[in-house]
Amino acid sequence: MSTAVLANQTIDVDAEGFLQKPEQWTEELGVGIARDVGIDPLTDKHWQVIRFMRNRYLETGTAPTIRTLGKESGVTTKELYQLFPKGPAKLAAKIGGIPKPHGCI
Amino acid sequence: MKRIVILGAGTAGTIMANRLRRLYAKDVRRGRTTITVVDQDVQHLYQPGLLFLPFGKYEPQDLIRPQRDQLHRDVALVRETIDRVEATRNVVQLQSGRALEYDVLIVATGTRLAPDETEGLTGPGWRKKVFDFYTLDGAMALRDALAKFDGGHLVVNVVEMPIKCPVAPLEFAFLADDYFTRRGIRDRVRITYATPLDGAFTKPTCTRELTHLLTDKGIELVTEFNAGRVDGEKGVLAAWDEREIPFDLLVTIPMHAGAEYVSRSPGLGDDLGFVLTDPNTLQSKVAPNVFAIGDATNVPASKAGSVAHFEAEILTDNIERFLAGQPLAPDFDGHANCFIETGHRKALLIDFNYDVEPVAGRFPFPTLGPMRLLRESRLNHLGKLAFRWIYWNVLLPGHDIPAVGPRMSLRGKELPVTPTKPAALAAH
Repeated sequence: MSTAVLANQTIDVDAEGFLQKPEQWTEELGVGIARDVGIDPLTDKHWQVIRFMRNRYLETGTAPTIRTLGKESGVTTKELYQLFPKGPAKLAAKIGGIPKPHGCI
Repeated sequence: MKRIVILGAGTAGTIMANRLRRLYAKDVRRGRTTITVVDQDVQHLYQPGLLFLPFGKYEPQDLIRPQRDQLHRDVALVRETIDRVEATRNVVQLQSGRALEYDVLIVATGTRLAPDETEGLTGPGWRKKVFDFYTLDGAMALRDALAKFDGGHLVVNVVEMPIKCPVAPLEFAFLADDYFTRRGIRDRVRITYATPLDGAFTKPTCTRELTHLLTDKGIELVTEFNAGRVDGEKGVLAAWDEREIPFDLLVTIPMHAGAEYVSRSPGLGDDLGFVLTDPNTLQSKVAPNVFAIGDATNVPASKAGSVAHFEAEILTDNIERFLAGQPLAPDFDGHANCFIETGHRKALLIDFNYDVEPVAGRFPFPTLGPMRLLRESRLNHLGKLAFRWIYWNVLLPGHDIPAVGPRMSLRGKELPVTPTKPAALAAH
């Protein structure tokens, strides 16, 4: 694990920049990470997916898959790819401050 | 009396049954411990052979043997379909209505392919222009199609991770290059490899080496391609972002999921039906007396036979500890060891775990080798072929492989001088 300084906070991240301690996350931090991965600005739809992703992780300890996002987040799979072009589950997890979903490994 | 129930008689389940039988040999003989395996199939399939079957290197009978013959005679085999696990009652409910009670349960039911989850994949053209090779039927149908193929665009596509043996699709592309070269028609075949990953493979060091090989062999690489639908009649593979790849022959690696009963078992699995499992002890999250091994788990290791083999040594030890009332050992490190067939009778060998990337070096002995890591060689190819004998005669009976331990060794490996863990976040 390494650390990065973002928005004047020291954050624990993995080699690809996924937060290792979800409690270090703030919405401001999420906006910064989104800008880093080329998503700017974050719309309400983006936030709907990011919050679903984060809450589900905090409740169950695992991140939902793209299929669950498409069925349960209220945003269709097609829209998910428009919002997060390079992999919705991976990017929503990164922006939402949770570890990299296992499905990506 | 201790009742150990194992779900699944594939690689992991068979190894576990035979190892535990040996560990408790006296108790099992006297009926003080019972080991019961549940599986609905009759035959045990040597899955690594499926990669070679489409190219005519094996016949189906070379890859299948009766499941019963792979299990020690003191292990009971129940040929039934599982309905669900009720972890709060220590019961496995079978579809026949029969219930199996257990003191320790091991889930080893691997994965199932879910091609229906991708729109159009099993529609018109399925097994005519669109094939998988992860099933015996699929690999056989693909063999016939390849034999008739005399030119055009061959596309290999991984629909979604995780998949079994993550290197197999790449190996398929390499072997296809070899196959068409030998047939003298390589100049008439275009080969494309389309993956949802951002590179050829999941591990960066390995990706560099493999990307080289793809380029050398003239195989086109399309990354971050998330397959959304397939039109088998027109021959079009489309991504969610509307990119399209036309094909004459599509070799798909469909979405993988856990066994269906896992999703019917309260608290046992994740969204895809993989068992929620501690990555180091292999104990499930649902109950302390439920464990999982092999492809069935959600641990972030490769879904591969070598991983199941390494896990089995550690899980056997942990089940012994559990039954003796001792704390479990968090010993599994994600160790995987894979031969990557690169065609033209050569192969690469990679050895890695949760934390250490595949690196160059020698294996299994630091200076003697004889096998070289992360470099193509003839000997690695022979190692891959010899593995079929090792599988039936050493691995499944639950013996250790000499000089290859469950925990990864760093000896003989050329590790980077400074750890390469760059922080991907820039300061704002």
